[in-house]
Amino acid sequence: MWDYVKLVVLGLVAVLAGYAASQAHDLPYLVNAIVVMLAAVLTFIWTLRSMGGVKVRASKLEYMDGVVRAGVIATAFWAVIGFSMGVLIAFQLAFPSLNPEWAQGILNFGRLRPLHTSAVIFAFGGNGLIMSAFYVVQRTCATRLWGGNLGWFVFWGWQLMIVMAATSYVLGGTQSKEYAETVWYIDWWIVVVWVAFLAVFMGTLFNRKEPHIYVANWFYLSFILTIAMLHIGNNLAIPVSFLSSQSVQITGGVQDAMVQWWYGHNAVGFFLTAGFLGMMYYFVPKQAERPVYSYKLSIIHFWALIFMYIWAGPHHLHYTALPDWAGTLGMVFSIMLWMPSWGGMINGLMTLSGAWDKLRTDPVIRMMVMSIGFYGMSTFEGPMMSIRAVNSLSHYTDWTVGHVHSGALGWNGMITFGALYFLTPRLWNKERLYSLALVNWHFWLATIGIVLYASAMWVSGIMEGLMWREVDANGFLVNAFADTVSAKYPMLVTRGVGGLLYLTGGLIMCYNLWKTVTSAPVRATAPAAVPAE
Amino acid sequence: METYTFLRELADSWVLLVMVTFFLGVVVWAFRPGSRPVHDEVATSIFRNETRPARDPVEAKSGPQSKEAWK
Repeated sequence: MWDYVKLVVLGLVAVLAGYAASQAHDLPYLVNAIVVMLAAVLTFIWTLRSMGGVKVRASKLEYMDGVVRAGVIATAFWAVIGFSMGVLIAFQLAFPSLNPEWAQGILNFGRLRPLHTSAVIFAFGGNGLIMSAFYVVQRTCATRLWGGNLGWFVFWGWQLMIVMAATSYVLGGTQSKEYAETVWYIDWWIVVVWVAFLAVFMGTLFNRKEPHIYVANWFYLSFILTIAMLHIGNNLAIPVSFLSSQSVQITGGVQDAMVQWWYGHNAVGFFLTAGFLGMMYYFVPKQAERPVYSYKLSIIHFWALIFMYIWAGPHHLHYTALPDWAGTLGMVFSIMLWMPSWGGMINGLMTLSGAWDKLRTDPVIRMMVMSIGFYGMSTFEGPMMSIRAVNSLSHYTDWTVGHVHSGALGWNGMITFGALYFLTPRLWNKERLYSLALVNWHFWLATIGIVLYASAMWVSGIMEGLMWREVDANGFLVNAFADTVSAKYPMLVTRGVGGLLYLTGGLIMCYNLWKTVTSAPVRATAPAAVPAE
Repeated sequence: METYTFLRELADSWVLLVMVTFFLGVVVWAFRPGSRPVHDEVATSIFRNETRPARDPVEAKSGPQSKEAWK
């Protein structure tokens, strides 16, 4: 019966999307409508073909790992896509001829840049967060994922969102908000998927067999809840038409700028920090085989982040129409954030106390430690750059780009790689990874890549900032904007090379994970058969 | 009173007080006497139920025996 309902709904969606495509006012809308139609048709066929078979009721005494396995594959796949986009646009900046005339308006820097940022943050990072949240919440609650196939809906819904966003960006569909470029109907779809994600996570927490909620789950939960709030707050817009991708934002001017950076900075704070700290608090102790250094510190780390991050957004708007007091508020909270961030870093690093020898023998733990190190470095650099005087030099320069990437490549990337290396042998029931030597290669390529990237951007950014403000004895500006662009050339090339190294590391990881699944030895002690109920 | 003025006053006074008190309360609660066995118990909970869900609710045990349980 339920399958027939699904078929009817999917059929209706396909027909409606087809009709919407035929009436579309603009190209991104047209292509997105076709994508939705295809997705509905494919799901329709899949549902039809899997009907009638014997339905095996999932045992409550097994974890739901299928969706986590799919998430591992998706995370690795989108990592490569996102990193390649980054390398491409890095070289487009260094060599403008890589924006060919025939591809103007589709493959030029302006169109590919949101594709890169969204691919790494929401496709690579988002899939990594969703799959690890599903894994961690089951293990720490000792219960199967709540909601049956709702977990699969979250997974496929998220992939559909990624494909819709990507196809829309290259054709010019954007609402011009950084890290929130997705147009209004994709925003609504994100809300639907996200609420399902929240339901699955909360449902599992409610059904837990453990008396306490482990700290990683607190971080994951705050990430899910806050992102829901931020996403809805920042995307309050009225569509121009139901057949158009255009919409009008409810807030305007400086209010809209403030809302945007309240969202933007908390996307950093809750998506790229709280969510990934959930990973850290589970995978680092597991890989080190020791409990977290101080559970008390983790509680304080959590609540301090929650209370402080939400106020830090205005530091993105120094020297704008935003009132000074708001900028000062954002700056002060950013500097205060340094303390809990480093508390968390110390907590993660000290988890290895008594097991430091593992750094020598286990490249996966080395990757995680490097990740925590970069967490500490970027949470020091960030508060410093939020200070108004420093910001007057750093803002709008490559320094900001370097800061973002030391956080994203170093902290988010490395901890996710660590989680992938941790999960793959376990999820596919393998004794070990295919090759630790390849993990070592990945570690060094990624680390050297980040160092090249970050140092090139420091040099380039500070130089750029100094050139912009340089005045001669009569008070005239010395440099034209184009002078800074040509002066940056060597650093832009170095940055691209750094990105290329990081991408190569990612490809090696994919090969290693693939070989782990296909040819690593099977775990000797197969999990004991689950007794019949 | 204007909405802005009202919210501004609220944020400057009661809401600020409530949030700071809540945060300090959390810190005091984390360090309350007797919290150590509980925290040790939670911190080591990640080392069980690795491959299969628990059949029955895990008993909350807090004593010296759980402190080194992960070893």
